[in-house]
Amino acid sequence: MIYRRYTVPSAWEEMERIQREMGKLAKSVVAERGRDAAFPAINAWTTDDEEVVTAELPGVNPQEIEITISNEVLTISAERKLPEMGEEVRYHRRERAVGKFTRSIQLSFPVASDKVAAHYENGVLTVKLPRAEEDKPRKIAVKSL
Amino acid sequence: MTDNSKTLNVKAEDGVEVEKTERIRDRKVFLPRTDIFETQEGLVLVMDVPGVDEKSVEITLDKNVLTVNAYPSYPRFEGHSLAYAEYGEGDYQRSFALSEEIDRTKIEAKVKGGVLVLHLAKVVDAKPHKISVKAG
Repeated sequence: MIYRRYTVPSAWEEMERIQREMGKLAKSVVAERGRDAAFPAINAWTTDDEEVVTAELPGVNPQEIEITISNEVLTISAERKLPEMGEEVRYHRRERAVGKFTRSIQLSFPVASDKVAAHYENGVLTVKLPRAEEDKPRKIAVKSL
Repeated sequence: MTDNSKTLNVKAEDGVEVEKTERIRDRKVFLPRTDIFETQEGLVLVMDVPGVDEKSVEITLDKNVLTVNAYPSYPRFEGHSLAYAEYGEGDYQRSFALSEEIDRTKIEAKVKGGVLVLHLAKVVDAKPHKISVKAG
């Protein structure tokens, strides 16, 4: 594909960025496909000041989700239970993962853990993580001699 | 020479339409993970549909086929770029063929926390109609 140096199509640029980032993060995060895929599935969005992690986590009581942050690692733990059924139950199909689980992901930068906010809506957990003040890029003045 | 070949007419099974129509929406379509349980009263279907509430799911019953269509909403973050993705955005669709034992008028559906639970009671009735979804 030929394009001018100063007008790179933004969709292409985004794809390349994502591929690079996925390669980096794949080392610290289990990301297989199919039945062994890590649960819950996670997406991460960033700006320079904030990272937002969204996880598809249906069927969990939000009061029981544990979120911890240590160094640059975010850990999410919870338990998924089957609905109450009674005594005589036969399974025709069981595709959903059930039970306790924990997942840790590496964040892009250190975060201010006291300012982290999380909310759970319709089965999607969203965690907003603001960057730690000391980690924000600072301007350095250049003095002329 | 006379033509000896026979054309086989494959009939679709009675009650199940095999033709597939195209979707107008340009989102990807996923099959939601489903658990199916059978109790004495009937069947219970539990489907994972994160991002869906009772307003964004449609359940229709046509002849013997129960179809669930869900249209989840995904939050948008202004100014953020996607750093890592394990799941994509898309609609959910799944169809099930019901047996004669299911009572078509007694189907209940509830959505809570991104999980759709369908209760299908057992008795015989075969009229097609829509099922309303409650939050709960």
